[in-house]
Amino acid sequence: MLANFDFDVIRRSLSYLFIDGMTFTLTLTALSATGGLIFGTLIALMRLSGYRVMGWIAGLYVDFMRSLPLVLVIFWFYFLVPYIGQWLTGSSRPIKVGAFASSLITFIMFEAAYFSEIMRAGIQSISRGQPAAASALGLTYAQTMRYVVLPQAFRNMLPVLLTQTIVLFQDTSLVYVLSIPDFLGAASKVAQRDGRLVEMYLFAAVVYFTISCIASYGVRRLQSRIAIIR
Amino acid sequence: MNYTWNWHIFLEPNPTGAGTYFDMLLAGLKVTIVTSLSAWVIALIFGTIVGILRSLPSKLATWIGFIYVEFFRNMPLLVQLFLWFFVLPELLPRTAGLWLKQMPNAPFYTAAVGIGLFMSARVAVQLAAGIGSLPRGQKMAATALGLTTLQVYRYVLLPMAFRIILPPLTSEFLNTVKNSAVAITIGLIELTGAARAMQEFSFQVFEAFSAATLMYLVINIIVVIGMRLLERAVAIPGYITGK
Repeated sequence: MLANFDFDVIRRSLSYLFIDGMTFTLTLTALSATGGLIFGTLIALMRLSGYRVMGWIAGLYVDFMRSLPLVLVIFWFYFLVPYIGQWLTGSSRPIKVGAFASSLITFIMFEAAYFSEIMRAGIQSISRGQPAAASALGLTYAQTMRYVVLPQAFRNMLPVLLTQTIVLFQDTSLVYVLSIPDFLGAASKVAQRDGRLVEMYLFAAVVYFTISCIASYGVRRLQSRIAIIR
Repeated sequence: MNYTWNWHIFLEPNPTGAGTYFDMLLAGLKVTIVTSLSAWVIALIFGTIVGILRSLPSKLATWIGFIYVEFFRNMPLLVQLFLWFFVLPELLPRTAGLWLKQMPNAPFYTAAVGIGLFMSARVAVQLAAGIGSLPRGQKMAATALGLTTLQVYRYVLLPMAFRIILPPLTSEFLNTVKNSAVAITIGLIELTGAARAMQEFSFQVFEAFSAATLMYLVINIIVVIGMRLLERAVAIPGYITGK
């Protein structure tokens, strides 16, 4: 058991795991969270816009995305994105899309559905008097959203948004199904090459656990600091 | 080079020799349903125990509940499945490890247990919140009536708490169904896996994924409707959803 442990395989692959794998994972997480938040906010605004067709489309998108497993969505986009690219650029054959771009598009589209629900709750938590007061002051819809509603909605929902980002960080490990070397993919490659599954998977588990624990502790601290006393 | 659609592919025989491609997807659907239900039973059992622990006045119990939840929540499900599937048999004594490795249908059992325990942490959090949302007076009144702690939970707190958390439990069950797709990584041929296999054999990517997507949507709709009926059936008049 533990006596057979080869800790050296971890030490030998550290630079590959962290410089290649973890960089991929963290970049994907950060960019997907940003993109997901932007699209999610737009979807939430569509849903709350009061235009029935727009709200309906946004609602349909969110419900659709949220009822599918992420693994299936990853496969969908992996095969679909080259054809969408062909359609957009009007080229004669499906364009080649790299592993990173493909998974980034997937995660942005997928997370937008989840972030939009959070932003929707945030926007609805702003009392009705505020947009009313803003438009009484002569602000346009865009200005009301930009200067009054969204900053407060964002601040109220910051802990939830960050928690969702931690979930996203863990979910990026699913790009494993496309054999992309993210952190887990890199660990798994080394594990299979050296026949050291136990060491590598335990190490990957410890790393994910530590990062997520520290991050969620930070979110809890932040939550108690920015909580608004009503 | 454009994609050629061929919706008749579902009626063509699949390469395993057992029926059509559609039968292959149906077999995957069945695995998805069975895996999700088994995982859900495990999640409910362990989630209830840990949720109760988290709500007890004892510091030790709260602490154990906290550790349990943090342990299962802070690792990706994929990593947890790998730990159960690849690592656990190696860490156990030789005979037990061998028995685990040679177990027929190992991916299914691993997925059910792994996803079940992963989801149990979420169920526990919901249940603890549900118990916490009950007025303090309920527990006090039950204690004043002479009920033991076990009876207080069994007859007073849990029946109310579970009714309150039915809506979030519905989405947790749907998450269980969706998470069962992760088991594709340990070789379980569930719905997503079946669609992927069909894509590899027939090259009809989008037909295969469309069919799988549709099946997931149908599962979702059925579960949502079923849970709404259940909510209505167990609603207590004049309380929460008793409109």
